[in-house]
Amino acid sequence: MEFGFTEEQEMIRSQAAEFLKNESSVTFVRELMSSEHGYSEEYWNKLVSLGWLGLIFPEQYGGAGLSFIELTVVLEAMGAALAPASFFSSILGGLVLLEAGDEEQKNRWLKPLVEGRNKATLALSGPGGGWQVADCSSVTAERSNGSYSLSGTRLFVPDAHHADLIICAVSTDTSSVRENNITLLVTARNSDGLNITPLRTMDQTRRLYDVTFEQVRVPATQVLGKPGKAWPIIRSVLAKATIGLCAEMVGGAQKVLDMCVDYSKQRIQFGRPIGSFQAIQHKCADMLLLIESARSATYAAAWTASQNRSDTELLASIAKAYTSDAYRYVVGEGIQIHGGMGFTWEHDMHLYFKRAKADEFNFGDSNYHRERIAQLIGL
Amino acid sequence: MDLNYTSDETRFRDEVRAWLAANLDADGETVSPDSEDMDQWMTYLKQWQRKLHEAGWSGISWPKEYGGRGATIIEELIFTEEMARAKVPNLMNISIGIELVGPAIMHHGTDEQKLRYLPKILSGEEIWSQGFSEPGAGSDLASLRTLAVEEQDHFVITGQKVWTSWAEYSEYCILLARTDPAAPKHKGISCFLVDMRSPGITIRPTRQITGEAEFSEVFFDGVRVPAESLLGGINQGWKVAMTILAHERGTSAIRYQIRFRSELDDLVKLAKSFIRKDDNAAADPLIRQKLAQSFIEVEILKYNIYRSVTQIMRSGKPGPESSIIKLFWSEMDRRQKELAMETLGPYSQLVQNSKWAVDHGRWAKAFLWSRAGTIYAGSSEIQRNIIAERVLGLPRSQEQK
Repeated sequence: MEFGFTEEQEMIRSQAAEFLKNESSVTFVRELMSSEHGYSEEYWNKLVSLGWLGLIFPEQYGGAGLSFIELTVVLEAMGAALAPASFFSSILGGLVLLEAGDEEQKNRWLKPLVEGRNKATLALSGPGGGWQVADCSSVTAERSNGSYSLSGTRLFVPDAHHADLIICAVSTDTSSVRENNITLLVTARNSDGLNITPLRTMDQTRRLYDVTFEQVRVPATQVLGKPGKAWPIIRSVLAKATIGLCAEMVGGAQKVLDMCVDYSKQRIQFGRPIGSFQAIQHKCADMLLLIESARSATYAAAWTASQNRSDTELLASIAKAYTSDAYRYVVGEGIQIHGGMGFTWEHDMHLYFKRAKADEFNFGDSNYHRERIAQLIGL
Repeated sequence: MDLNYTSDETRFRDEVRAWLAANLDADGETVSPDSEDMDQWMTYLKQWQRKLHEAGWSGISWPKEYGGRGATIIEELIFTEEMARAKVPNLMNISIGIELVGPAIMHHGTDEQKLRYLPKILSGEEIWSQGFSEPGAGSDLASLRTLAVEEQDHFVITGQKVWTSWAEYSEYCILLARTDPAAPKHKGISCFLVDMRSPGITIRPTRQITGEAEFSEVFFDGVRVPAESLLGGINQGWKVAMTILAHERGTSAIRYQIRFRSELDDLVKLAKSFIRKDDNAAADPLIRQKLAQSFIEVEILKYNIYRSVTQIMRSGKPGPESSIIKLFWSEMDRRQKELAMETLGPYSQLVQNSKWAVDHGRWAKAFLWSRAGTIYAGSSEIQRNIIAERVLGLPRSQEQK
């Protein structure tokens, strides 16, 4: 038993930190925040040339064939840097393609994705605000001849504007939405009737969209896997997505703690650094406890994902419930410790504060995951 | 990264399990930890330790030269897990010897002291207590005032110790006393190995809020101890104390984790059967959320411990995840036992032997006990100070005198 990283994984970690320090500085993040869609082709190409898009995909599709743990390491670094997304969205799209697509579809979409030529995003949530079976019903699909007609709305879809592929979960039986009538479809962003509206969110470092389908025609060849059989795959990918998000959150929370410690050592009031006051010390200690514990939970979950174990969903829920609460506490104290400065636009704390809030609800909040756990443990 | 155990590690675990299966009582029962009869309890614990020792399971992490197995930290973890799973009585009470005194003597003792004391610690023939805390020296241990005055070939000890576990059952006590009142406080302390049968020692049990008296005050009234009982040299006592604290390898915390998991399983069973209003407690959405949260915390404690053990195995030194373990388990224990109380509502106040008591009043007792964990072995406040100053490097909140 060895619950730690390999040397190679630690190398990936430091490479990631180095890359992001140079290419995703806070200045760059703020530039993208004020841009129209928060996307930089130049940054994307640099990411692509690192090979990270292919990190966890098999070599036959141009990937490096590494494990989910390596991805976790990269995502943690990205969370610390608030790195522009598209990466995470595309990886999730790639995972769906990998688990659900046939060979032809994988060559058609996954290979170019790994090469960076195709960006993807998953459109799973709807006006109901969840990531469950019921939320898939907000887009219906009517079959006729060799295609489907999609109508309805998907919400909180990340990076839809510059995604080439929008992978959508739909319900093919509007009379009753159940686990066995969910279908996954790949739609092209520029399809007729597919409208994308930016959502104006607090966190402008990760753009979310309303994706509305008005009788969008999608050929049946673009169904991933069997019609009606998509839910188990969505569950599996959601578990991995949840764990990946926790890794980002742990990275962000650590960065916030580092900022607080640095600030507390420098800020002098009443003739001494505020870090010498126990009120500040105890907040920081509590932050460390939360972060290290969230880290333990996230890494354990990442390991189960890398082994395709049956307890991955349980571990993902443990990690997400705990990490959502942890990151929320940490960024709250992050502002508090920085006093008035923490409340300025100029200071970086609010970037993390807002990202934490968005992440808290993405893929289910603590309450949702605790209820999942309650069910999984037989309560 | 691998959370599974290797085949060697599994073989070791099987060995431990097999021995336990063969050596626990036929009905798997031991004397109940709730036993009112302390004498019976202590006799049982001594017999049990002797049995372990004869089979080579006592002090497995001690170096072979001192009678141990030189077990790795993973083996120590596995062994502790199996003992805890089998609900073997917590030997920590009489193994202040094995986990604290033994390592202190190995590091700081003379050859004579090692020869004289180590074997009987392992066999359980001699029980040790710890004479550290005083009424005026708890969190601020270094301010202790028990005096040890040097006279020719012996020392005379006068003072009072408090919260001494199992004092009346111990043959020896590892004691910290002040040998140089003029020196700065950390530099005037010495460590002694005191024979508890010496004249001048009075033991007064302290009744705690659970009703029992597991701890005692110990009064030293001009107690003479030979010079050979000094451990580690005069005024070197703080170093010895630090060795004892630094020896904490994180493996003992797994006992708590396994116990909390077992208690949670019992609490879940209780919640599913205990009727409140018109449904079982587990159907109450708030109780469900809190039960799930307790499950989360119990699982994360395990992962924190595994990370800590891995880090120590690899580098010999604990990482930041080690520093939070005690704070984590003691505070989650409080929450878990509060939840038990909440689940039971007014029934939570009924203690053992009461009409209408649920589960023999075990939850009331566990609830009271949970208030001790955040105080002993470094209170939560001290833990936070240590984390802030030593792990995060924040400036000291106090002037060092």
